[in-house]
Amino acid sequence: MRRAVHVLFSDLVKNKFLYLLVLPGLAYFLLFSYLPMAGIIVAFKEYRMDLGIFGSPFNGLDNFRFLTVDTASVLKVIFNTLFLNILFIGIGTALAVITAVLINEIRLTWFKKISQSLIILPNFISWIIVAVFAYNFLNTDFGILNGWLKGLGMEGVSWYNRAEFWPVILVLLYSWKSVGFNSIIYLAAITGIDQEQYESASLDGASKFRKIWHITIPGISKTIIILLLLAIGRIFYGDFGMIYGLVGDNSLLFSTTDVIDTYVFRALRTLNDVGMSSAIGLLQSVIGFLLVFAANAVVRKYDKDSALF
Amino acid sequence: MKTKTASDKFIAGFAYVYMILFAIVAIIPFMTIISTSLTDEQYIRANGFDIFPHEVTWAAYKYVLGRGSAILGAYQVTLVVTVVGTLFSMLITTMMAFALSRKEWKMSVPISFIVYFTMLFNGGLVPWYIVTSKYLHLHDNLLALILPYAINAFNLLVLRSFISGIDNSIFEAAKIDGANDIHLLFRIALPLALPGLATICLFYAISYWNDWWLALMLISERDLYPLQLLIRAITSNISYAASGAANSSIAAASIPKEGVKMATTVLTIGPIILLYPFLQRYFVKGLTIGSVKG
Repeated sequence: MRRAVHVLFSDLVKNKFLYLLVLPGLAYFLLFSYLPMAGIIVAFKEYRMDLGIFGSPFNGLDNFRFLTVDTASVLKVIFNTLFLNILFIGIGTALAVITAVLINEIRLTWFKKISQSLIILPNFISWIIVAVFAYNFLNTDFGILNGWLKGLGMEGVSWYNRAEFWPVILVLLYSWKSVGFNSIIYLAAITGIDQEQYESASLDGASKFRKIWHITIPGISKTIIILLLLAIGRIFYGDFGMIYGLVGDNSLLFSTTDVIDTYVFRALRTLNDVGMSSAIGLLQSVIGFLLVFAANAVVRKYDKDSALF
Repeated sequence: MKTKTASDKFIAGFAYVYMILFAIVAIIPFMTIISTSLTDEQYIRANGFDIFPHEVTWAAYKYVLGRGSAILGAYQVTLVVTVVGTLFSMLITTMMAFALSRKEWKMSVPISFIVYFTMLFNGGLVPWYIVTSKYLHLHDNLLALILPYAINAFNLLVLRSFISGIDNSIFEAAKIDGANDIHLLFRIALPLALPGLATICLFYAISYWNDWWLALMLISERDLYPLQLLIRAITSNISYAASGAANSSIAAASIPKEGVKMATTVLTIGPIILLYPFLQRYFVKGLTIGSVKG
């Protein structure tokens, strides 16, 4: 122990500038990441504002009682989180790979550049703005979609009252926003494929389709698998910015759109239930951690360099 | 000699058609917003929103940019947060990334792990909220929109691997000439890491400009609302945008409600759209860096 302190102290003197450089960053992680981690004990306490995280009295597993009392709605929220994420991961990945493969087939440089910049653009817009876009299309009275429906002689639909449509709407908006940006990652992977494979395939008279199927797709399969695994590691987290931005407090849509993150937020801000929201948040963090850990272990097997740790 | 078969031509043609359609889908929402912001309110009430404007009117913009409008204040908040936040984030992220890139420093491994771990596990919303509002007193404070985003662990690690790519012998030579680590960072690493820095800088700037989560959590004072949260407030309740102009002679009925929502949105995306053509190549480069080693 004394030796360790001695080693640290001599390093402190020797590399004093390096310590100085990491100090603000370390302070940041301490305050905004590690202090909240220690704050997890709130899940086992009866939180009182005046006593704070560490002063409030313990109440055992009382905060977890909602699991037995409110099982149905908890299961619904977990289902929505998993279901929406599976749709996003599956459809988003497929579209991003297809887009990357097709961009790679385009030879006109100016066309490639312009179309690529346009499809990446949605990524830089916040979900709040996307919500305004959605409002433009889906508003019952003035919305473009209902305008078209009426033009075809059909009834307009109250999109903001009809929960059953929202998984589709969310997937469309998610794809609109993310596919162009994500396709660049796959395009980078395609660029890394050995060109000789294509040349020898051409000599053998392979068609473009066969080259895509037998060279391009296998060539990026490692990237696809790694990104899939990392996405699966985060499957227990809903995209709060997206869901709350689009759905907000519209309870008519909760049955298909409410995810763990929005549920926790509401429990905290609207119901002011610190106990329950911290308990469910703890469960989410622990399950999320285990999943990320497992996903990382699998990624390590495929490609040591791409693993997170 | 390459021979083009019908199926090869089909795939090439399909690629062009697909990209044209995708590009159109990507920009149509922007066009409808601009179109609606320029359309007369009466016309909207009668015919609904449209992709192209019919008779152009600037009434909504005049209203939004008029005296006493809340939007100008929110614009100021967002601008200050974006500029100050990005500079601050860049400074401390680069400092830490440089120190952690020094392979011969044995503390770089444990400190890197401290950073990694925050990407895997977090305390969740509630402890975070209690810490930031009760212990750090960030509630209704402009710093609440900056400090919690001061470092993004992913950006830090990307920048670290970027700086690690610099040839170590340059640093060794400077050290022999008597340079200390701070000199190495500012005189040698920064100029050589410029493309990486530009990318990370853009990522930070965009995330500050687009943020509303922090404001939703920590800001209840309306004067401190950033643009994004203001748009949320306006789209759910138009009377708020009108509140500043309540004393003026404009009757509530004459407010171009839909136009005001859209004009505010256009003003919010404006800077991104205007800068985008110039910055686009950095985004692409940055993504490629990020995907090579995430």
